[in-house]
Amino acid sequence: MIATIDIEFTVNGKPVRISVPPRMTLVDCLRDMLGLTGSHIGCEHGVCGACSVMLDRVPIRSCLMFAVQADGAAVTTVEGLEGPDGKLSPLQEAFWDCHAMQCGYCTPGMLVAAQGLLDENPTPTSAEIREAISSNLCRCTGYQQIVEAIQLAAQRMNEGVDHA
Amino acid sequence: MSEHGMGASVRRKEDYRFLTGNGHYLDDMVRPRQTFACFVRSPHAHAKIRGIDTSSAASAPGVIGIFTGKDLEADGVGPLICGWGITDKNGEPHKAPAHPALATDEVRHVGDQLAVVIAETLEQARDGAELVSVDYEELPAVVLPKNAMDASSPLVHADVPNNLCYDWELGDKAATEAAFSNAAHVTSIDIVNNRLVPNAIEPRAAIGEYDAGSENLTLYTTSQNPHVARLVLSAFNGIAPEHKLRVIAPDVGGGFGSKIFIYAEETVCLWAARKVRRPVKWTASRSEAFQTDAHGRDHVTHAELAMDADGKFLGLRVNTIANMGAYLSTFATCVPSYLYATLLAGQYTTPAIYCDVQAVFTNTTPVDALRGAGRPEATYVIERLVETAAKETGVAPSELRRRNMVAADAYPYQTPVIMQYDCGNYGASLDEAMRIADHTGFAARKAEAQSRGKLRGIGFSAYIEACGIAPSAAVGSLGAGVGLWEAGQIRFNPTGNVTVFTGSHSHGQGHETTFAQIISERLGVPFENIDVVHGDTDKVMFGMGTYGSRSAAVGGSALVKAADKIIEKGRKIAAHILEASEDDIEFANGNFTVAGTDKAMNIGEVAFAAYVPHNYPEGLEPGLNETAVYDPLNFSFPAGTHICEVEIDPDTGAVEIVNYTAVDDFGTVINPMIVAGQVQGGVAHGVGQALHEGCNYDENGQLITGSFMDYSMPRADNTPSVDIGYTSVPSPSNPLGVKGCGEAGAIAAPAATINAVVDALWDLGVHDIAMPATAHKIWQSIRAAKAAA
Repeated sequence: MIATIDIEFTVNGKPVRISVPPRMTLVDCLRDMLGLTGSHIGCEHGVCGACSVMLDRVPIRSCLMFAVQADGAAVTTVEGLEGPDGKLSPLQEAFWDCHAMQCGYCTPGMLVAAQGLLDENPTPTSAEIREAISSNLCRCTGYQQIVEAIQLAAQRMNEGVDHA
Repeated sequence: MSEHGMGASVRRKEDYRFLTGNGHYLDDMVRPRQTFACFVRSPHAHAKIRGIDTSSAASAPGVIGIFTGKDLEADGVGPLICGWGITDKNGEPHKAPAHPALATDEVRHVGDQLAVVIAETLEQARDGAELVSVDYEELPAVVLPKNAMDASSPLVHADVPNNLCYDWELGDKAATEAAFSNAAHVTSIDIVNNRLVPNAIEPRAAIGEYDAGSENLTLYTTSQNPHVARLVLSAFNGIAPEHKLRVIAPDVGGGFGSKIFIYAEETVCLWAARKVRRPVKWTASRSEAFQTDAHGRDHVTHAELAMDADGKFLGLRVNTIANMGAYLSTFATCVPSYLYATLLAGQYTTPAIYCDVQAVFTNTTPVDALRGAGRPEATYVIERLVETAAKETGVAPSELRRRNMVAADAYPYQTPVIMQYDCGNYGASLDEAMRIADHTGFAARKAEAQSRGKLRGIGFSAYIEACGIAPSAAVGSLGAGVGLWEAGQIRFNPTGNVTVFTGSHSHGQGHETTFAQIISERLGVPFENIDVVHGDTDKVMFGMGTYGSRSAAVGGSALVKAADKIIEKGRKIAAHILEASEDDIEFANGNFTVAGTDKAMNIGEVAFAAYVPHNYPEGLEPGLNETAVYDPLNFSFPAGTHICEVEIDPDTGAVEIVNYTAVDDFGTVINPMIVAGQVQGGVAHGVGQALHEGCNYDENGQLITGSFMDYSMPRADNTPSVDIGYTSVPSPSNPLGVKGCGEAGAIAAPAATINAVVDALWDLGVHDIAMPATAHKIWQSIRAAKAAA
């Protein structure tokens, strides 16, 4: 039996070389080995989305993936959403302004899902936003203020581009 | 209104850490040398335990300890308790069968825990638990509450005849019978309030930790009320005296009631930490959450409303069978009794009400308070009855409600079921909701929908709830085992900033922000100079925690009292330093001023003087640090009207909520942005109950809806946007005038939604539909009605 397997990938832009047990999920690796506890575990069967991270810029469930499968990939977690200057991203700011979180547990995954949407579609309608984030469960907010936050972030990002 | 004071939509202090992944939830915590616990759970709904063989597990890699219920018994660990005593119709106390933290002789629901394996790693603990061999003798199970009392049903507990926990009543039976005998019209309904799984997205978790040097124990736990947990674990489970036990609830990822209770797993982790002399950590899997978090609702009700020829309500008669599950959870008994039947007057002047409730045991997960706790069930009974009565008598639903509402000038209003409503204006909420929902335009919208082949319906829910459960003496007389006051402390630091301590607990509600707003408003301290501490029994004096929408009304009021004491003391200090009479000192906007002069001291300067008392009033204690405890005069009574408008596709049964209006009277609103979030979240919960969620067991007691693949949670694409309005009548029962807002949506929405669905289907002959009204169920109802027509 192989005790551990060596993998190399980047996490939030930083190269990581690590030896992981083959049965370790990516979310456990991020949380337990790399200390990145922002990605939360809500169901471990791929439905709630609290563990969502970006894998090569696409939101995925890090509970449904083994860490070894991330070998060679670029992973972005909630800890990597801030700009290099430490400023919150437009999405994070908009979530704050709109009260798009209550207990905060689903928030990292929700931010990742929303960022994935905006990367693909910078001007989503509210129906498109609801469709996109229906991948992630939130028990507190009723989603409305999350939808408003994503709309506000999109608007600010588009205005920022216009003004540049 | 100041930028950060009462009434301002301030961005929350807690959010930066949540947005950046820097929250401190329990599973994020790593204690030095921590071990991991995995529980061995019953796969059967009901079975005798003939033997537990732990020998293979004991020699498995990494396993440090294996414990069973016998080990707990040997150490004198008491069983889990129920903290509210109910006296039944015959004057007898409710049946309270033993609830061991680890089952010893019998398991009584799927997921019932009977052993724990503690190991170096989580994987080793899980592997070890797999190796524990349990010899079960399967027993027949009883699952549905309506069957529980049948003579042929198996007994969940051999010492509880007919599975009857209590048979309880409230109200004047004779007067109610008389009202029915004089009725011109009687409306009857049979309804089921569907069983729900709470499903906070953060699963429950715990770390027990033992310090051999001091013999102190610490429990880190996902709790809504850490002081109550400490009290129960000390006084009833006997794990450690209160002064040797610290309970810490860090960032908690949602509770909705399910994290009020003192569960087996947290108890065992704490106890086991001393056994293995290392920290013991447990985090529930989602499967464990489905099987062991206390569920909600699960009522079967027959209700009748008697009216006179003018549609005035004369009497209400309600019989409810309430499922307790296999054991009594911490507050299970009060939910279908004092939190339910006492609200059956609703917003109406019904003069005679009688309710009897049979609480029964079944071989299912324990049932306890879930967002609303008894009040959603009461509202569903009343508002489904009223809506059906309106349809049967041809009176418009809004008009029938208006005819029977407590008038705005009738307060205090004594209901026939204990509660005395302190204030309100129900007609105003109804009017405002109808205005926002454009009720007058509904007929045109319905016709337009019809032209597209769609069925439109509109439904009302005029709800009332009782929040900030109090005062302590009153709830004690009704059987509560605890007081229901709250503590608050305001500690000025020498440099003038402020640390606030509250005995309530925030797990999403935003206390760190709203309580800072209260202090900023009252004491004139800049918002950014205030930090709110909660969730640690070593830091906070005492507290009853957060549930029943009580934190602002009770916890916030305690802080107002403490702030008054700060001002009183500050006045003495300022008078001395400013060389004025105490009576001449005025306090406003953070400044103590000598009346009629420009001589003033800021409260920060007063704090410094209090800690560096070189020039200080003789005989006055140094320091500026005040604690207050607030025991309210009465419950608060939030109320309002929600209106739901749906469109149904008759070919598929799919329901779309096209408009949802919530007009609530929460009294004074501290932070409108936060309150809007509470309303929307509550409505999502209530709409979830009405259309999506339902916990089901098969006839053998196997949990069918045991994962997010099987239990339908509200999602962004099936949860409505809510149009929100307020009609605020400040509560006279507390100094802030607040009433509570966390549960209103979950209380009002099920009835509004189902009333809308039934309205859409009424002309087809569908006059009732059971929750959750899934597309499949609606489609079947339409087919059945058409076949019968």
